[in-house]
This record gives sequence, structure tokens and C-alpha cells, in this order.
Amino acid sequence: MATRRDFIKISALGIGGATLGAGAFNLLKGSGAELATTAAFARYPTYCEVCFWKCAGWSYVDEQGKLLKVEGHADDPHCSGRLCPRGTGGIGMYYDEDRLTTPLIRVEENGRQAFRKASWDEALGMVADKMKAIAGSHGPESMALFNHGSSGHYFTHLLKAYGSSNVVAPSYAQCRGPREAGWIATFGTSVGTPEPTDIRDTRCLVLIGSHLGENMHNGQVQEMSDAIDNGADIITVDPRYSTAASKSRYWLPIKPATDLALLLAWIHVIIYEELYDKDYVERYTYGLDRLKQHVRRMTPEWAYGITTIRPEAIRETARLMASAAPATIVHPGRHVTWYGDDSQRSRAIAILNALLGSWGRRGGFYFPESASLPEFPSPEYPKPKWSWKDTLDGRYPLASMGVTNTVIEASIASPEKEARIKGWIVTGTNLPLAIPDKAQLERAMQSLGLLVVIDTMPMEITGYADIVLPECTYLERYDEVRTSPYREPSLALRMPAIAPTGDSKPAWWIAKQLGEKLGLSEYFAYKDYTEVLDWQLRQVGSSLEEMQRAGVKMIPRKTPLYLKEGEAFQFGTNTGKIELYATEFEKYGFDPLPNYVAHPEPPKNYYRLNYGRAPMHTFSRTANNPNLTDLMDENKLWVNPKVAKIWGLENDQEIWLKNQDGIVSNFPIKVRITERIRWDSVYMVHGFGHSRKELTRSYGKGACDAEMITRPMTDPIMGGTGMRGNFVTFLLEKPEKAVES
Amino acid sequence: MRYAMAIDTKKCVGCSDCVVACQIENKVPTGYCRDWVTETVYGAYPQLELELRSERCNHCDNAPCVRCCPTGASYIAEGGVVLVEASKCIGCGACIESCPYDARYSHPDGYVDKCTFCIHRVREGLQPACVAVCPTKCMYFGDLDDPSSDISKLLKTRKYKVLAPEAGTKPQVYYLL
Ligand code: SF4
Ligand code: SF4
Ligand code: SF4
Repeated sequence: MATRRDFIKISALGIGGATLGAGAFNLLKGSGAELATTAAFARYPTYCEVCFWKCAGWSYVDEQGKLLKVEGHADDPHCSGRLCPRGTGGIGMYYDEDRLTTPLIRVEENGRQAFRKASWDEALGMVADKMKAIAGSHGPESMALFNHGSSGHYFTHLLKAYGSSNVVAPSYAQCRGPREAGWIATFGTSVGTPEPTDIRDTRCLVLIGSHLGENMHNGQVQEMSDAIDNGADIITVDPRYSTAASKSRYWLPIKPATDLALLLAWIHVIIYEELYDKDYVERYTYGLDRLKQHVRRMTPEWAYGITTIRPEAIRETARLMASAAPATIVHPGRHVTWYGDDSQRSRAIAILNALLGSWGRRGGFYFPESASLPEFPSPEYPKPKWSWKDTLDGRYPLASMGVTNTVIEASIASPEKEARIKGWIVTGTNLPLAIPDKAQLERAMQSLGLLVVIDTMPMEITGYADIVLPECTYLERYDEVRTSPYREPSLALRMPAIAPTGDSKPAWWIAKQLGEKLGLSEYFAYKDYTEVLDWQLRQVGSSLEEMQRAGVKMIPRKTPLYLKEGEAFQFGTNTGKIELYATEFEKYGFDPLPNYVAHPEPPKNYYRLNYGRAPMHTFSRTANNPNLTDLMDENKLWVNPKVAKIWGLENDQEIWLKNQDGIVSNFPIKVRITERIRWDSVYMVHGFGHSRKELTRSYGKGACDAEMITRPMTDPIMGGTGMRGNFVTFLLEKPEKAVES
Repeated sequence: MRYAMAIDTKKCVGCSDCVVACQIENKVPTGYCRDWVTETVYGAYPQLELELRSERCNHCDNAPCVRCCPTGASYIAEGGVVLVEASKCIGCGACIESCPYDARYSHPDGYVDKCTFCIHRVREGLQPACVAVCPTKCMYFGDLDDPSSDISKLLKTRKYKVLAPEAGTKPQVYYLL
């Protein structure tokens, strides 16, 4: 076999490349006193905001109060003292000189629209006036909130106090929603965040499209490493040779869009070879006979024709999973909006875990527990007359959280229909790079009477705003106490290490000021958020003072971590059992048992567009971070060598992408020829190809996958937008429309 | 005392946390680095192998950079750590040329810089910044002359390799296989 050796320094930017300029010689060279460790003077507790894992850490400052570094908190169960590269590079969020530092108001000058700087009083006054006008003429329900991250809490409170419960987040319908629907139908509970996967003690970890290691959710990556040390087996299903695939005993290079067939064949083998956990299945599950009948013909041979995975490999991996059970995890994944039948695929994953008896078992899934803090006293919210549920118009009956796409639809005015939603507050989420079908998103934003954006950076979404409100970074503010569920409940404090840059403000302050201007002061009965934190912490026997010193505090568990041997257990489903046969799906007319459905294939000369994560970036949010762009400053298009040969492509050649609907990428993307990708698909890291010049470091760097995703496949069960059914071809010459880069 | 590093390629995920932690700890200017990650792919789809390696100065026992330095700025410190005395460095770049690992770079302030094994941290009893941060805990730093150190034990039980052994430099960064 031919051996190819791709040699790429992933992060050796500029090494050896710098030449000595005349006069650059400096006699006062790098004395040890400047080093981060020796210069550290004071440290303040924080938890990281670069992803939802919320690792607790310390921000260090020097004697002048200059921010030096952020390090993990040794006692924090989420990170065990080690932040991921995004958390380590989190100081770049603070130092980014492109940050928003003052409120901005859209104005028209000489027929051109532009932003002008404004005071907080003016900007917030304007937002409040417009919100009052919207409430007056259409009712407060016609304001919606799109949120992500810590700031969402304060604006959700504000919106509810104002009278709307139209709160949505792309993290549901563009990400993990289908898995929650599949899990709720099976186990009567969602998977939740962070995922309660007991990777530390697992003996077999099955990853289906999940690329842990490229996706740096810290605790999971750390535990995967421990599992490797402990000799656990990893099985990875991915059309791409991911980092995780390279650590696996079995890599199943599946044909894209056929995962459900593989899952059904695994279920077939486990049932027909009687490999399932008989006691567990008998005691806790409902519908084995019907499942058995259902998968009768779904043999590995059947799946082979669909997935291209050899029947023997399917059998061997099924047996391996069963032999390790219940310490086997078939990982539910996180970003699972792929093909529009994602709730059903998630159901198949849930069923497989149920058959293996891994839910509630050591080395499988533990039962997470969180510390609970009482809410700060506040009046009851007014009762909204309608909510996001009414924007579903009878669709997606099992959506358990707001569906962004239906709220977006409901914001579009047309000659036949008035828009129900008139105004948006968008905080912490860059919708143009997160939501598929940009044309529809733009129609909605053009229809709005008010679009307020709160962000730390001049993201694409700010370009559509009427009013932009600059939030300070997590290193400059207090936030809610972290109480995320985990093996051991804990509290973690975030406090500022430095004063906010420019005129940027914490989200709690912005929401409170806006609330006061809206006449909702009684909902914000405190001067400073520290009062809220101290009150809450005192209710559970701690205090702000204690948390400022300790950063993290462990709380003893009240409930068991795993099921007890033979324990009677009521699951939150209709039957009180783990439903292999989903009665809730049946009730709404959906297949109660998952079926494989073939999805569209790429046309000739087109390739399926797959996208994913790089360990040093979180979506589009970090693409301008000076520390993290230094590690990776653009995405590249992964292309199989055979495909490259057909097209005559070379490494680092710039090409443009055109999708099945004729949409051409704004910017070119460099080709990366690699054996790590199948010939029927291409791959790129999500979050690049920024089109706002204000993002000076990331503007025009790489291409934007979201732009190519114009044909979402929507999940009829919960409204998730499947985004892996878009196909691209290559343009080797610069097309007419492309933006100057 | 012989300081050395062992890096477990079975666990490294190539995340580059070691790179950014080093840049921040050691005030490495933007666009430069003292350590970096390489990716090597063997085979053809779907028969593939992937090796990710966090690389840096190998603190060689037989260091060509020290031998060729005309001013004595490059020297060997405690535990065999290869250092550059910035005030003696004239920035001639002879050492950069001589290093088979491309481990040195010209600092914009006019001297040559490279990995120090974070000797300033080690002297304080801390692990090097890259070792301390690595989320997969795949990096081990310690004294090879101490048979009870983790690194000594690992090199006794695990298979390993060094980079460019043919260069005769006796490198002290070991890759566990
Ligand atoms: S996993 Fe990384 S980005 Fe996410 S919270 Fe932890 S350190 Fe931050
Ligand atoms: S931090 Fe650790 S896992 Fe990440 S690239 Fe460096 S050595 Fe590898
Ligand atoms: S030992 Fe220190 S100087 Fe060397 S690569 Fe690691 S962090 Fe950088």
C-alpha cells in the first residue's frame, strides 16, 4: 500500500520566518520578570465563557492590574485545573482591539446608513421607547429574544417581566434539540448539559460523528484521555478520519447520511444474538418484542449495502459494545441537526444504550445533580397571551424549547400576512453564521421594527442592528453563580479581574437599566449584582466573600449517582419505563420505532458539505481572538486526493464554493488535500469567512459554511434544521459576485 | 540531573493548548511560537494512521546550536536545559541554521529565542506551562537521573522514539508510541 506522509505544522506560524530589521536590536531583552508566572500578583475566580462547559479558573493580574493569564481551578470537577486552548486563549477576548466599546445607533447620513456613537442613556432610552411602542400596538409578546451564553439569563428575565416568553436559542433547533427529543421519548429526560457520560470509567466509548478532541468540551476530552490510559476501546463512526477516529480500535468510515442504518443493524445484532442486558431490559424497558420484530430484516448485510461498512465489522463492534456493557457509552452527540430525521437517529442511539443497560450505570451514563440556588425575590411575571409555541402553527409538536426558525418565520411580513414578531433582542449569538437559509433570516431582519444586539464584538449580526449595546467580556464582570449539573454538584463564581474596557457593561447592568426605563424596576430590586449573588449564596450557607476566596465550592450529592442493583425506578415516560417503543412519538403520528430513510446524494461534480470544530475555536465567536487566530486563522477545505486529482487542485490553492442552489461563497477557501476525508464529501471548520471589516483579523479569512447551507432539512418532530444535506462544487476562477478579500 | 520530556502520542489530540499556554506564559510575540503541533498522516483512505506531536526544542545532550554559537549566548544550564542568554546574543542566526528541529526563531527584539523547558517555573517547583495545561495530560516532565520519576518509569515501560535520531543530537524530548 502506498504510504503518504502529509506534514503540516498546524500552529507554527512564522517560525523562523522573521528577519532582523536594521535597528531592531534591543539590549533590554526579555528579562525573567516579565514572565506570566513570576509577574502574577493577584488572582480572581472566574469561569470560562468560551463554551458551555464553563470551566472554573483564576484570572491573574500583575501589580499594575494588567491581565496576565487565565488558568484552570484545580478543585473544579469540570476542568481539574486545566483549561482547553480556548479557555487558555480566553484573555484574547479581553485584549481584542476590535471590541465594541460604546453603544451604537443606526443613523442615515446623506442617504447612507451608518452607526454613530451614543451614550448608554440615549441608546437604552431609544430601545425602551421602541419596546413600549411595540407593546402598545402589538402586545409585548411580539418581542423575541435570541440568546446564547451567560447574558441570556438577564435578558430572559427582562423579557418575561416585560410580558413575552418568546425566548429562543440556536443551541436547540440548530444543535442539540433532536437528541433531547429522542432522549425524552425514550428515557423521559433530556441528555442535558454537560452530557452525563461516564467516560472516565467506561470500557467502550462509541462516537457517531462526535469528534471529541477536535470538539474540546474539556471534561469529556480529559476523560477520553483517561479512558485511553485505562485501555478502554473506542469505536468511531465518521466519514472523516477524525482525531478521535485515530485513537479508536475501530473506525467505521461510513457513507455520509446512513448512520441510522448502522444503528439499526447494531440493534439487530444485539437483540438477535441476545447480547442485551436481559435483567435491565426486562425490569426497565417497554416494547422489546415490537422492536425485535421491527429490526428483524435490518441485518448487517442489509446495512452493508447502505453504509458501506462490512457486516463483520458491524457484528464485531456490536459484540464489543455488549461485552463491555453496561460500561459502554453510545455517545448521544451534541451538534446532531444533520438530515432532518435526527430525532429518530437519536432515538436509535437511546435504544442502543437502553439495550446495553448503560443509562444510569457506572461507565455508561451517570445521573447528574446540580446545586440549586433560590431565585432572587422578584414579582411574578405577567402572563403572556401567546408564546413561541404559537409560531409552530401545529408543526414540531415535541419541541421542548423555543424553535429559532419558526420565530424567524413569524417575523417575516408579507402582503398576505402580518408578522407576529416585531422586534428582536439578540445577545451572545451571531445569527448569520449560526442559522441556515440566510435569505430567510435577512427577510425577517428587514421586516423588524426593532433589532437590538448585545455583544462583545462587532459580529455580523451587529451589522443588521438598529442599536448595538457593548457587553464587557466575562473577565470584566460578575455573572450568575455556576450551578451546572455534574457528578458532584458545585458552585463556581465569576468575578471581574479588571474594569470593563471603554464604555462596555455587564449584561446584568444592561438588562437592569433597560428594565428601569421600561418601568419594571421592581423586577430589579438591587443596586449591584453582588447583592443578588450574596443573597443567593447565603441561602445555601455560603457567601459572596467565601466564593471570592474559594472560587469553587463542592456540594454533597443528595441523590444516587447510578441506579442501584435491582432498584425499582420510574422513568418520566408515558409508561414509566424506558420506551424502546416510543408511545409519545406514536401519539403524534411519528414512527414509534426508528426507520432508515435514504437522503439525497450529491449530484455529479458536487460533494456533500460536512463541517465541524477545531479545538482552538468556538464557532464564529473566537475567529477574531488574537491568541486563538494565532493558532488557526482560517479554515481550509479538506479534499480527498482522488478528488483533487480530478480537479487538478493543489494544496493551498484558493477556490470558491458553489452550492446546489447556485449560491457562491463570498470568499475563497484554501484547499487542503488529505486522505482523511472520503471522496464523496468535503469538510471545513465552522465559524470562518467573516464578512464584517470591523473584524480586522478574521475578515475574509476562509469561507463560511453557513452561507452554503441554504437547504435545511427540518425535523418534523421538533423543528431542528438538518444541515448536512447541502452539496458544493468548486469554482477555480474568481466568480463575478465575490467580495474583494 | 537530566531534565527531559515525554509526550504520549496515543493521547495527544493536537489541540495546541500547549502552544497558546506557552505563548502567554513566556510572552512570545504574536506570530511566533516556542512549541508547535505537527500532524502526520500515514496510509490511504480508509487504511490510515495519524500521529499528532507537540514539538519544541529537544534540549539535546549533544546540542549543535550551543557548539556553533560564536558568543557563548547559547549554553547548557542545570539539568541539561539549553538556554540563550539574550544579552550575549548578537542575533547572527547560526544556531537557527544548525538546529535540525527548527526550534529557534529570531525574536523581533533582536535575539534568538526558543523553549526554555520553562526553567523559571521548574525552579519554583512548577511544571512547564505546556505540561501543566495539557487537557489530555499527555505530557510528562521530569528528571531522567531519578529512577522514581514518572518520566523514567514511562520510558522503561513504554515504546518511544525521538525525532531525527540520525542527526546525532541526543534529543531529550521522547514520544511515547
Ligand atoms: S471547555 Fe474550554 S472553552 Fe469550554 S469552558 Fe472549558 S476552558 Fe472554556
Ligand atoms: S496540549 Fe496536550 S493534547 Fe493538546 S496539542 Fe499539546 S500535547 Fe497535544
Ligand atoms: S517547556 Fe515552557 S518554553 Fe518550552 S514549550 Fe513548554 S511552555 Fe514553552
